[in-house]
Amino acid sequence: MSTVTLEAGFIPLVDCAPLAIAREIGFAEEEGLNLELSPAPSWSSLRDQLALGQIDAAHMLAPVPIAMALGLGGLPADIDALAIMSINGNVVGVSEAIAARLDTQDYGFDFEDATIAGKALMATTQGRLRVGVPFPFSIHAELVFHWLGALGMRVPQELDVRTVPPPQMAQALANGEIDAFCVGEPWGSIAVEGGHGALLLPGAAIWAGAPEKVLAARRDWVEADRARAEQLIRAVWRAQRWLARPENLSTASDILARSDYVGVSADVIERALTGQLVVTADGRRRHVPGFLRFFDGAAGFPWRSQALWIADRLAGRTGLDRSMAARSARRVFRSDLYRAALDRTTADLPGASEKVEGAILEPTPVASQRGTLTLARDAFFDGTVFDPEHSE
Amino acid sequence: MTNALSIVVVEPDADRARLIAEALESAGENSVHLIGSESSLSRAIATHDPDIVLIDIAHPSRDVLEELTLVSSPLERPVAMFVDRSDDALTRAAIEAGVSAYVVDGMRPDRIRPIIDAAITRFQMFQQMRTELEATKRALEERKIIDRAKGLIMKARGVEEEEAYAPLRRTAMDQGKRVAEVAAALVSTAGLLS
Repeated sequence: MSTVTLEAGFIPLVDCAPLAIAREIGFAEEEGLNLELSPAPSWSSLRDQLALGQIDAAHMLAPVPIAMALGLGGLPADIDALAIMSINGNVVGVSEAIAARLDTQDYGFDFEDATIAGKALMATTQGRLRVGVPFPFSIHAELVFHWLGALGMRVPQELDVRTVPPPQMAQALANGEIDAFCVGEPWGSIAVEGGHGALLLPGAAIWAGAPEKVLAARRDWVEADRARAEQLIRAVWRAQRWLARPENLSTASDILARSDYVGVSADVIERALTGQLVVTADGRRRHVPGFLRFFDGAAGFPWRSQALWIADRLAGRTGLDRSMAARSARRVFRSDLYRAALDRTTADLPGASEKVEGAILEPTPVASQRGTLTLARDAFFDGTVFDPEHSE
Repeated sequence: MTNALSIVVVEPDADRARLIAEALESAGENSVHLIGSESSLSRAIATHDPDIVLIDIAHPSRDVLEELTLVSSPLERPVAMFVDRSDDALTRAAIEAGVSAYVVDGMRPDRIRPIIDAAITRFQMFQQMRTELEATKRALEERKIIDRAKGLIMKARGVEEEEAYAPLRRTAMDQGKRVAEVAAALVSTAGLLS
């Protein structure tokens, strides 16, 4: 097989792992790809590099390609999500001052119950709660809105959501510019390490099946050479399968710790990969199964219903027509291409391309090509379900 | 007088900021406000109510400006990243020079153009300076590594400096590599033998 060089961009975060592993463990090479990776200084910069063709593919916040399809922010370009790169993996954290107040109220930092955590947080804050998120179009922002909205806060009006680049999140807490944050690892753990805050919840406690990052590429690049796009999807899928084996996680941590990837100590990175988080500055530990998922339960499958949920949220907040937004978003998540790419692998893919988001309360066997697929829990903490049939 | 455009430049380096401001002021009747690296960037910008915001495309806080593209009250003016659909080359030139411009909705392209042009020229100059600085730094680094490699060879073979360079150059030619690469490989693995 001749080798094709392909350039992909990423943001230094633990969940860039599928791209890093595809390159470092040789899955890209097995697919005939010479995968070159470069870090980007910001999400907007990564998005623009992709839109302008300076790179071929990117590790991207799942809502960004949807926002672009809706004409929100950035250069006009059709960007597709070829696969889900990771499910969950964010943390909600609070400042030391709030953590101390919560401690005096005997809040147990269970790192599990979003209702108790949200009520405790709302009870301790005076005025508008200031929450830092990495980007306006992000699952982080959606989780915060959904969580506090479901607990009775009027969102977005009663909330002050601010954009803070992830590496600056700990400092923004320390400076008192924000009260809380929702951010991807390792940046939440870094805030804890620095003694600037405590972790309240994993993102998975708000929504157990949040499509966090996608593998993104320009639609014209995909259509120009579908075989190449499929090779990339397979390389990432193989990397995700490798990442699902616990015995590989310490190697993965060492690779990601390198300065050309995340540049943070391997032991902090390993917390997110294993779901063993240190949640307070005094060292309380919590284990979260499914904290960050790459593979099990067809995690990589880009469900059109995920795209529709994101579009519905964005349209609702920005005053766009919901049914038009749904039509634009539907095309973005390429379940068709994903199926074609994995056709001759051992992957067992779901029979349907849409599901009712939030309806899976326990691991559930579903109709699939090989009849062996069990989908993981994808429930919202408040029992919300989103039926894509009724979104248009 | 409402003809003057209000421009905010986000640039932490004071010297660079001054040079950009000069260029923009000479490009027309503009009022230029400089903002360093502040964590509450979008608020600092909002107080100036600018028509255009210019920021280095690689600025790590650029994502904060994306907030401006979401209008949250009817009094706010929607902002979009500058894209001139009639002049794709200009957009591309700006991005290649490392400028990103956020422009208030409804601005006439002919009013923006001279500002973007002036910014491009300045940023290209910075980029050239940066490239030259990096090249100089790299050359120095390489010089150091080659010297260390020569030192290792002199010690191992008991030869003089002149003779120590020859095997490095020969290996580089044979392997189709640069002398500095061969030297780096030698230096990085020499520890294994001692």
